[in-house]
Formats: sequence, structure tokens, C-alpha cells
Amino acid sequence: MTSNYKLSFDSLRFQLADIDAWLLVADTRGVNVWCAAGKGTFSTEEIIYSVQQSRLQQLVNHRTLILPQLGATGVAAYKLTKGCGFKAKFGPIRSNDLPRFLRNKQRTDETMRSVTFNLRERAVLIPVEIYLLMKPMAIATLAVLLLSGIGPSIFSATAAWSRGAYFIGASLIGVGCGAFLVPLILPWLPGRQFWIKGLLPGLAGSLICWGLFVSTGEVTPLEGLSLLLWITAFSSYLAMNFTGSTPFTSPSGVEHEMRRGMVFQATAVAVSLLLWLASPFIG
Amino acid sequence: MQDFRYIDNIVTLQLDGKSCIGCGNCVTVCPHRIFGLTERKAEITDRDACMECGACAKNCPVGAISVNPGVGCAAEIMAQWVNKLAGRKIIDGCC
Repeated sequence: MTSNYKLSFDSLRFQLADIDAWLLVADTRGVNVWCAAGKGTFSTEEIIYSVQQSRLQQLVNHRTLILPQLGATGVAAYKLTKGCGFKAKFGPIRSNDLPRFLRNKQRTDETMRSVTFNLRERAVLIPVEIYLLMKPMAIATLAVLLLSGIGPSIFSATAAWSRGAYFIGASLIGVGCGAFLVPLILPWLPGRQFWIKGLLPGLAGSLICWGLFVSTGEVTPLEGLSLLLWITAFSSYLAMNFTGSTPFTSPSGVEHEMRRGMVFQATAVAVSLLLWLASPFIG
Repeated sequence: MQDFRYIDNIVTLQLDGKSCIGCGNCVTVCPHRIFGLTERKAEITDRDACMECGACAKNCPVGAISVNPGVGCAAEIMAQWVNKLAGRKIIDGCC
């Protein structure tokens, strides 16, 4: 039993290449098992419907369904026997454990039943984070260019480009910290709350920014301070957003940390923008 | 998963030991292995590792487990806040 998320289905087929078995695919509208189970499309009712729709009773002699363990969030296995005549058991979390599970008389061990979040699993999420960021970043860039042009001469297109470029440069450093560095070094970052985990990479990025722009005299120290606050707040925000990609953060915990982290992030961004707007007037 | 610890004393997970029948479904489905079974009763061995996915409560035949299930995702919670403030669905959350 699986969902019709293409990547899950393909990896399942790949793992079962040498094994003679039927695959029953529930229609979860292209969403993976865990997310679909959480959202209610990979559900007890859906499994019963899929079994009946496919006339599984006529296709196979046995009466056992093997469900992916992460589907348990949406499927009450004990209700399936009554619902469709098939006894359900939860198999391993990862499809690459299935051959071992089947060889092992359909028994699981603790490693098959535990979620992991190793370096590789974290690294593959980085492109997704970046992709989701592109649209809001494009809008923010426009806003930053407009704000950067404001000065003693009311609006200067030259200043918009030259000053705006530094802010955009700082934003890219922020993305490097919050969306690249944080996922990669997550287990070693200090703090339990993700908005705190984003602070240290943000400060490190700010130092790089200071070295590139302030030490060389390209921006004033006041502007440098503005960029420092911006990078740190942005990195903190991106780290907080990474909670959704991890398999161990609870909604209660995320809500708790958002109430704290967002106060810091909003304050830092407000002060940063104020300094950025004020610096052309101060000189 | 022992490399990763989230915030302590925050999850809504509750187990009612009196109504537990010791079927072990919660032990099976938990992706963080936080349940144990001793003398035909389930017990929570590592409550702070719970991510409130809700699999245990869903698969408990006697309703002995209660948890406020959801996804631990900042974008999703932000969407919930915005939609609650607006009184209708303006933005989608994640996944």
C-alpha cells in the first residue's frame, strides 16, 4: 500500500524489482504518505475505498495489507479488517527496508521503525527551501531598491542601484546562512528553538558582510549595522521556517518558538530598515 | 534521532494508563519510539521526543491516548494565524 507521490512510488518499484508483490496505490493527489496522512487523504476510508475499487479480494488469496508506518498518522489499522476484510500491518518507514522486512518474515526492527534526519536527508531539502524563497525574494528586492533610492534629493535612481545592491548582497548572505548553513550544521547549532539556531550563522554572515562592505569603505558603519541586523533576522527567520522540513518538531513547540522568534525578527528588521532609510540623511 | 532534541515540556501528548489494554499499537506506529510496554500496559518513555504526529492516538482502539495533532511547520502555523484573523482561508500552508 502506498500513495501516488511519484518519487515514493518510483523508489518503491525500484526496491521491489526482484520481489513478486502487488502494489495498491491510494489516490493522495500526488502528495507523499506522511503529509497525505496528516492532511487526511491517506486515511482509513481511502484505504478501504482503494481495496474495494481495485477488487483486491478477487486478485489475491491472502488477506493482509502492508501499510507504510508513516501512514499511521491518518490510518487506524485496526479498523481495516471490518472495513474491507483485509488485516493491516505496518511495515517499515523507508522503502529500502522492505526487501529485508519481507525476507525477515515480515518483522520489523527498531531501525526500520525510527525516522532519521542525516546530513544527506537534510541536504536534499536545500533546493526546495531556495525554490520556495525565490518569489518572495523577488518582491522584497523591488521594495529594497525603492527604499534605497530615498535620500536628501528625494529619490535618486543611482542610489537605488548602488545602495540597493549592497542590501541585496546582504540578503544573499542571509539566504546562505539560513537556508544552506542551518540545514547542514543543524545538530551542532546551539539552542533548541530554531529561531535561536539561526542567530549564530546569521552573525557569522554579518561579519563576512562587514568585511566585504564596511571595512572596504563601500558602506558606512551605520549602514553596516543595518545590514548586520537584517542578515541576522533573516537567517533566524529562515531557520524557523526550516521546522516544517524536519521530522521532529511538534506543532506546540513551533507555535511556542514563533511567538518569541517573530518578536525578535520583526524588531530587528524594523530597526534595520530605519537605519537604512536614515543613513543617507546622516551622511 | 538522539542528535535532535526539540523544546522540552511542551507537547500535548497524554496517556491514560487505566484504559490502556496493552495492545502495543502505539509502540509500533511511533516514528520516534517513545512508547514502551511493561506488564501489558503502555508507558511513555521519552515524552519530549514526541512530535505530535498523532499516529498513536489514531491507532489506539480504546482512545487511551490524547494528543493535539498537527504538523510542526512555521509556514503552516503562520497560515493558520492569518486565516483565523481574516475569518476565511486566504493563504495555504505548506505541503
